[in-house]
Amino acid sequence: MAVQRKKRKRRELFALGNEAVAEGALLAGCSFYAGYPITPSTEIMEVMANRLPLIEDGVFIQMEDEIASMGATIGASLAGRKAMTATSGPGFALMQEHIGYACMVEAPLVVVNVMRGGPSTGLPTSPAQADVQMARWGTHGDHPIIVLSASNVQECLEMTVTAFNFAEKYRTPVILLLDEVTAHTREKITVPDPDEVEILSRVEPTVPPEWFKPYADTARGVPAMAPIGSGYRTHVTGLTHDVMGYPTQRPDEVKDAMLRLFRKIDQYYGDIQMSDEYMLDDAEVAVVAYGSVARSAHLAVEQARERGAKAGLLTLKTLFPFPRPAVEKLTHRCHTVVVPEMNMGQMSREVKRVNNGRTKVRTINRVDGQIITPSEILKAIL
Amino acid sequence: MADVTQLIHDYLRHNKKFPHVFCAGCGHGIVLGSLIRSVHALGLPKDDVVLVAGIGCSGRMAVYVDFNTVHTTHGRALTFATGIKMANPKLKVICVMGDGDALSIGGNHLIHAARRNIGVTALILNNHIYGMTGGQCSSATPQGDISMTTPFGSLEKSFDIMDMCKAAGASYVARGTSFHAIQMDRLISSAIMHPGFSVVEVFSPCPTQYGRKNKFRNAVDMYKWLKSNTVKVETLKDPDQKPADGRIPIGVFRDVEEPGLEERYFELQRKLMGQNR
Ligand SMILES: Cc1ncc(C[n+]2csc(CCOP(=O)(O)OP(=O)(O)O)c2C)c(N)n1
Ligand code: SF4
Repeated sequence: MAVQRKKRKRRELFALGNEAVAEGALLAGCSFYAGYPITPSTEIMEVMANRLPLIEDGVFIQMEDEIASMGATIGASLAGRKAMTATSGPGFALMQEHIGYACMVEAPLVVVNVMRGGPSTGLPTSPAQADVQMARWGTHGDHPIIVLSASNVQECLEMTVTAFNFAEKYRTPVILLLDEVTAHTREKITVPDPDEVEILSRVEPTVPPEWFKPYADTARGVPAMAPIGSGYRTHVTGLTHDVMGYPTQRPDEVKDAMLRLFRKIDQYYGDIQMSDEYMLDDAEVAVVAYGSVARSAHLAVEQARERGAKAGLLTLKTLFPFPRPAVEKLTHRCHTVVVPEMNMGQMSREVKRVNNGRTKVRTINRVDGQIITPSEILKAIL
Repeated sequence: MADVTQLIHDYLRHNKKFPHVFCAGCGHGIVLGSLIRSVHALGLPKDDVVLVAGIGCSGRMAVYVDFNTVHTTHGRALTFATGIKMANPKLKVICVMGDGDALSIGGNHLIHAARRNIGVTALILNNHIYGMTGGQCSSATPQGDISMTTPFGSLEKSFDIMDMCKAAGASYVARGTSFHAIQMDRLISSAIMHPGFSVVEVFSPCPTQYGRKNKFRNAVDMYKWLKSNTVKVETLKDPDQKPADGRIPIGVFRDVEEPGLEERYFELQRKLMGQNR
């Protein structure tokens, strides 16, 4: 029989970053959304409210607050769904206890935080990048986490798909950090045909229920996951648990459980950390940026090159685990690293840690709800 | 007695996490027994039952019993239960919470679960105190009672769970006690089979943290009190009126057939998808 070549069904959209996130989620197989509205993330929720009831088993529910949204999202994930919620700073703060819970029970899910100015209710409609360290360290307890970002609308779609894939592959919550500029910029994007995109799903057990160890260590460090109701009756708890999922305080079991949580992320560091290089081959000054600031930086680097300065740009797409090798490389080749960001230095802190005094680290910080312009970055490069 | 033991062995993870944490005389064990008998009598497959628990002594129930069990965070069990039920409406989702869990930290989730009429059963084990943290007052501690944080007597009124859940829209609302175990079996069975949001409050004595500090000498005293200070709601002339003698009504306060949120949601979805075809 001749192979039927299927016509690719790509769609072009003129979409907001937030709308692209929703498109990406649906593409990745997200069938559950629970949320609570907050600027500047609300459009994600609104698109999901419109789309999910129209797809088979798609569930949308508006909860009473962000704590509830996160609880419901975890519940759905445990019941086998690809689940997502989206919020902004104040809501993200409320979600923290449950993000920790999701890490502990290894529930795959995606949390989008479209950052706004803070602290507190701060600047609801102004851009900021002030939740970088909260995304990494906001929960109580020690655990690794995956934090991604995007700097344009197409990337919003792509990184949302990646976020779901990482969540499923590593059985962990994944946080997608966006800033208001990216979320509210409207650009032409291409939504790929589902067949063109690699979509990963969690590994389910194949052993009979009596043999199943829900938190068993494996070579990958990621245990198989049985959806609630599939015949594998297991215990899920936020308490530190043994391989069977039952609470334990035995130091050896506690240590094994904790170290596995770290190892399953650490050993796939190379897979997880993503960044884009632009004109870095011969660069003497490197800009390290993420989110919408990376776009200003891109223009600044072009302008610097026009003026004969050897400048380059490293755009971080993975914020945590921090892409150390990519940054470390710069600190061996350049005399200066410039870190522009819309906060008082939450990412330059990481760069300085890796830099180890090898180069100058020049920071550009804005906390006035304004974007960082190319000319500000250009000035720091020259 | 032998039958009961047999049943327990079928449903408990007996080889795993015993001895249990409950004190001698604690009402929580009686509720667990009643829950097991109810599920058994209803003939529900264990695979279809999800027990979602909060944090507290009551929350520990989840680890002992061989259903799908989820031990969540303090006060938020109903939010997880809502996600599970919406993700897989075929499951019988039962939430077990303490009074601190359900009314204080989780009060908002309780009224919203009731308002949504989500098809989840909430078992509220009301021992009038925070047991696990050592006996501080909860929002169900009766006014005037002594706790670790109200050493001079509580000044605040306590919630009436029945009134609150009825007002918020729960379609099945009932109260029982750990003394009235046979009635409790009935209440819990009906609640589990009820289509919308069902609430069963159980007065569950905590001799260790509450009884000791208040007027009770021992656990037996507490059960005797439950026997003589409660009255079946059916026997009251006006079920909405609190008895003048101060006795506490027990029984079913509301039972109306209303589809749960999940039923209404998937019904809408079928319609929308039909139109879209
Ligand atoms: C967010 C949060 N706050 C506080 C606690 C501490 N805590 C654990 S159990 C509990 C109260 C338990 O009382 P209740 O819910 O009435 O259940 P009981 O132990 O009486 O059965 C509290 C306050 C916690 N675990 N999490
Ligand atoms: S402290 Fe109270 S509620 Fe907790 S197990 Fe003991 S008697 Fe029961």
